[in-house]
Amino acid sequence: MQIQDTVATRQEFFTGENGLWLPPQESTTAHQIDGLFNFILYTSTLLTLIVAAAMVYFVWKYRRKTTADRAVDVKESKFLELVWVIVPTLLVVAVFFWGFTSYVGTSIPPANAYEINVKGQKWFWSFEYNNGIQTTGEIVVPVNTPIKLQMTSQDVLHSFYVPEFRIKHDVIPNRYSYVWFEAKEEGTYQVLCTEYCGTAHSNMGALIKVVGRQEFNDWVASGGGAGQGDNSLVEYGALLYEKQQCSTCHSIDGSAGTGPSWQGIWGNTHQFTDGTSAVVDDAYIIESILYPGNKIVAGYQNQMPAYQGKLDDGQLKGIIAYIKDLSGAAAPEELLKPSEGGISVDESAEVDVDGAPEATPGQGAGAPADAVGITTGQ
Amino acid sequence: MATLTPAPVRSRPAPAAPKNPGYPQGHEPVHNYLHEPGPGPEVTGFARFRAIAWEWMTTVDHKRIGLMYLASVSLAFAVGGFLALAVRLELFTQGETIMTADTYNQVFTMHGIVMVFLFIVPSIPASLGNFLLPIMIGAKDVAFPKLNLASFYIYGIGAVVALTGLAFGGVDTGWTFYTPYSKETVDGVLFMGLGVFIMGFSSILTGLNFIVTIHKMRAPGMTWNRMPLFLWSIYATSIVQILATPVIGITMLLLFLERVLQIGIFDPALGGDPVLFQHFFWFYSHPAVYIMILPAFGVVSELMGTFSRQRVYGYRAVALSSVAIALLGFLVWGHHMFTSGQSPVSSVIFSLITFLIGIPSGIKIFNWVWTMYKGSVWLQTPMLYALTFLFLFTIGGVTGIMVGALSVDIHLHDTYFVVAHFHYVMMGGTVMAMLGGLHYWWPKMTGKLYNETAGKVSALLVFLGFNMTFFIQFIMGSQGMPRRYYDYPDMPWLEPLHQISTVGSWVLGLGLMVVWANGMWSLWKGKPAPGNPWGGATLEWTAATTPPDHHNFHHTPLVTHGPYDYNAALYGASGDGMSGDGHAAPVPDVTVGVAQNERFIDDGTSQPDSLS
Repeated sequence: MQIQDTVATRQEFFTGENGLWLPPQESTTAHQIDGLFNFILYTSTLLTLIVAAAMVYFVWKYRRKTTADRAVDVKESKFLELVWVIVPTLLVVAVFFWGFTSYVGTSIPPANAYEINVKGQKWFWSFEYNNGIQTTGEIVVPVNTPIKLQMTSQDVLHSFYVPEFRIKHDVIPNRYSYVWFEAKEEGTYQVLCTEYCGTAHSNMGALIKVVGRQEFNDWVASGGGAGQGDNSLVEYGALLYEKQQCSTCHSIDGSAGTGPSWQGIWGNTHQFTDGTSAVVDDAYIIESILYPGNKIVAGYQNQMPAYQGKLDDGQLKGIIAYIKDLSGAAAPEELLKPSEGGISVDESAEVDVDGAPEATPGQGAGAPADAVGITTGQ
Repeated sequence: MATLTPAPVRSRPAPAAPKNPGYPQGHEPVHNYLHEPGPGPEVTGFARFRAIAWEWMTTVDHKRIGLMYLASVSLAFAVGGFLALAVRLELFTQGETIMTADTYNQVFTMHGIVMVFLFIVPSIPASLGNFLLPIMIGAKDVAFPKLNLASFYIYGIGAVVALTGLAFGGVDTGWTFYTPYSKETVDGVLFMGLGVFIMGFSSILTGLNFIVTIHKMRAPGMTWNRMPLFLWSIYATSIVQILATPVIGITMLLLFLERVLQIGIFDPALGGDPVLFQHFFWFYSHPAVYIMILPAFGVVSELMGTFSRQRVYGYRAVALSSVAIALLGFLVWGHHMFTSGQSPVSSVIFSLITFLIGIPSGIKIFNWVWTMYKGSVWLQTPMLYALTFLFLFTIGGVTGIMVGALSVDIHLHDTYFVVAHFHYVMMGGTVMAMLGGLHYWWPKMTGKLYNETAGKVSALLVFLGFNMTFFIQFIMGSQGMPRRYYDYPDMPWLEPLHQISTVGSWVLGLGLMVVWANGMWSLWKGKPAPGNPWGGATLEWTAATTPPDHHNFHHTPLVTHGPYDYNAALYGASGDGMSGDGHAAPVPDVTVGVAQNERFIDDGTSQPDSLS
C-alpha cells in the first residue's frame, strides 16, 4: 500500500511548541538534550547580561571627566579572583556531567530496536529493511518503536541528521555507524545531510514517515509501497522520479543540473564524451540507468550511481514512459490507469533491452517479500 | 639640544600642541622608518620609485615587515570578505540567486581558506606583533631580522601557490579538506594543500623569531612581570605556532601523497581511514584557533589598560591564562569530532578538557571588565572595539560551552550554530581586537591621526552589522539549518532569517568600508599624530618617536615600571599631565649627547644620528 503524503514536514520557523530556539521534540530522547540546552542558554544569557551590565555601568560611572583624570589605585582582591575562578569551574563541571550523562542516555539504543540499513551516497539516502524492502529518499517507520539505523556510505562522508529527533551521526565509507530514535507521534520528518559532500549536498534530504503500527505492517506486507498500484505508467514514472531521487540531479523543466535535464530528450541524439552519439530510446535510457558510466553525455561528469540491481523491469518501464511523456511522446495507454485499461507493469512483457548489456534485475522492490512486520505486542 | 617641552599641568582647555614640540636632533618625525633608509634627494623619477621599492622589498626592519604583512593580510581580508558577501547574497533567496551550486561550494571554500590561512593566522602576530614586539621590549629589532623577511616571502609564496589552485579547477572541499572528498575532487586541492604547507613554515619561523626575541632581547628592567600582556599573548601564540603547525604540514603532505601516489592512508577505498585525517587536521586546527585568538587577548589587554588608565586587573592571571590556554589547547581537538565516529570514550575526555579550557578564558573576561573599575574610561574608537570584543567574545565563549556539551553538540554539530559560534569568536573576537589595535597603534605606525568620528561610526556599524549577520545564525542553527548549504529546499521557512543575516552582512561590510576609507583618508590628509595620543605607558609610546625612527630608540631604554603604571609613566618626572587626550603629547626622552635621566642608560647601544 502507498503511504500518502498527507503530513508535510515542518513548514514554519516558529512552532511555538518549543520556543524560539529548538525544533519540536519528536523523539523520546529529545527532552534530555533540550533540558541541558535550555540550562546553558539561560545561564549564559544571565552571565552575558551581567558582563554587559558591568561594562555599561563601569563605562558610565568611571568615564573620563577631565583630561588629567587619574585612576584610583585598586588593590587586587584575591577573593574576587577566586570567585570568578571557582564559580565558572563549578558551572562547567556541572554542565560536563549533564552533557555526559545525557549523551550516554541518548546514544545507546534499546536492545529490541527495529533495525534498518541506511546507505548514504552522492546525493541521496537509500534504505533497506531486513526483509529486503528497498526505498530511496524516504523510510516508513512505526510510531512508539525504537528504530536503529545502521549506516554506511558508498562514497564520501555524509552525516545523517534529523533536527526534530536531535540525532546526528557521520556516515563513513567502509565503516558502520548508527543512530537510533523513537518517534513519539505520527508525522513526516526531514532528514538532512550535515557533512559537506559536494555539488548537491544541500539537496541530499530524505523523509522519515512515522505511521501507526498497523499501517506500517500493511505497508511492509505490500512490499514497501514501491509497486505501481493504480497509477498509470507515466504517473508511476513520475513517482519513481521523486522516490528514486532522480530529481536531485535531473530537472524536468530544462534547467541545468548535475545531470542532463529530462525535458524533451526523447528521440534526440546525445553526444557523448568519447565522441560517439546515440538516439535517446528505450535501450539507451535503460543502459544509462543501470550502467551510467558507459555513456557520458558531453559536458557532464560520471557522477551517477549505477542502479543495476535496484530497479526492476516494471520500474524501468515507468521511468521510460515518464521521459517519453516529458517530450509529449507517451503512448495513450501509458497515460491511463490500469483500472482504466492502461498498462500494468505486473503483467507487462519483458522490456526490450537490445543493445544494452543484459540487465539483471535483483530482488524487485515491487515483489512482496517475506513481510517481517512489527506486531503491536512487541 | 632640544628636550621636553613641559606642557601646563591640568589646565583646561588644553593648549594646542606647540609648533616645535622639541624633538631631539635626528629624531624629528621626518626621520622615521617610513622614509629612512631611502634614496638621497638626488635620485628622482622612476629611479627613485625603484630604489624605494627595492628598499622595502629587501628591508629587514621589523616595522616595515610588519607593515608589509599588514597590507597583505588586509588584502586577504578584503578578498575573503567579498567572498563572504557573495555567500550571503546567494542565500538571500531560495534556489539559485547569483551562482550555481558548484561555484558556491568553491566560494565558501575560498572564503574559509583565505580567511583562515591567509588572513587570521598571520593577522595580529605578523602585522602588529612584528611592528610592536621589539619596540615593546625595548629592542632594536627581532632576533633574526633576515629570517623575519624570509618568513614574509614564504607566506607570499605559499599564498601564490595556493591561489594557483584556482587555475586547476579550484577547491570545493571546505577549508577542512575532509577526506575522502578531498581525495577525489578537482586538482586544485593539490595546490591549495601545498600552499597551506608552505605558509605553515612562515608561521613557524615567525613564532621562533618571537620566542627568541622575547627571551634574549628584553631591555634592562623589562622583567617578565613587566612585559605588556600583548607580548605574553604573542609568546603563548608562538609556542602553539611552533608545536602545532608542523602537524598541518604533515597532514597536507600526506593528503598530497594520497592523491598523487595513492598511498592509502585516508581513503577507505584504499584501506585508509577518513577519521584519521580528521584527527590529524584538528590536531593542528584546534590549536590554530588559539593562534588566532590569543594575540587578540593581548591587544584587548593593552586597550583596556590604556583607555581605563588603570593597570590591567589580575595581570598575572591574565598573562598565565594565555599560556594555560596555549597548552590546554593541544588536548581538545577531538571536540570537533563528537559525531564523526571517534570512540565515545575519547569524546567524553575531550569534552571534559574542553570545559577546562573555558575557565582561563572566563578569567580573562572578568579581569578585563574589572580593569575599568575605578579607572578613567575614555571611549575612543579603540576602546569601543575593545568593548565590542568583550561583549561578542563572551557570547562566543558561552556558545562554546553549548557546543562543548556532548549531547547538545550532537544536535548542533555542523549547523549554523557552529558557524555563528566561531564567527563570534574569530570575527567578534580576533577581528574586533585587530581593528581596535589598528586604530590604537595607527598614529604610531603612520604618524597620522585618523578621524575619530568616522572611527566611532565604523565601530557602531560593525557592531550592529555583525550581530545582525550572526546572531540570527545561532537560531537558524539550533532550529536545524546545516552549514555549507547552497540552498535550503527542505526548509523554506528559513528564508526570512537568511535575509536578515544577508542584510546584516551589508551593514557589516559598510562598517568595514568606513574603516578602510578612514585609514586612506588619514594617510592622505590626516593630522600629524602626537607622540602619545592615548597616554599609553608601554615603551612604544613613552620611549620612541612617532613614527619610530629606523632603530626604534636612540638609546636602549631602562624600564623602571610595569606596562600599566600610568601614574609613573605619565605623571612622573617626564610626564606633562596632558597625555592621553591628543593635545600635548609627551615627547619621548631621547635627548642626545647629554646626561640621561634615570629612565635611560647609555649601554653603548646609542646610534649615531640619522643624516638629514
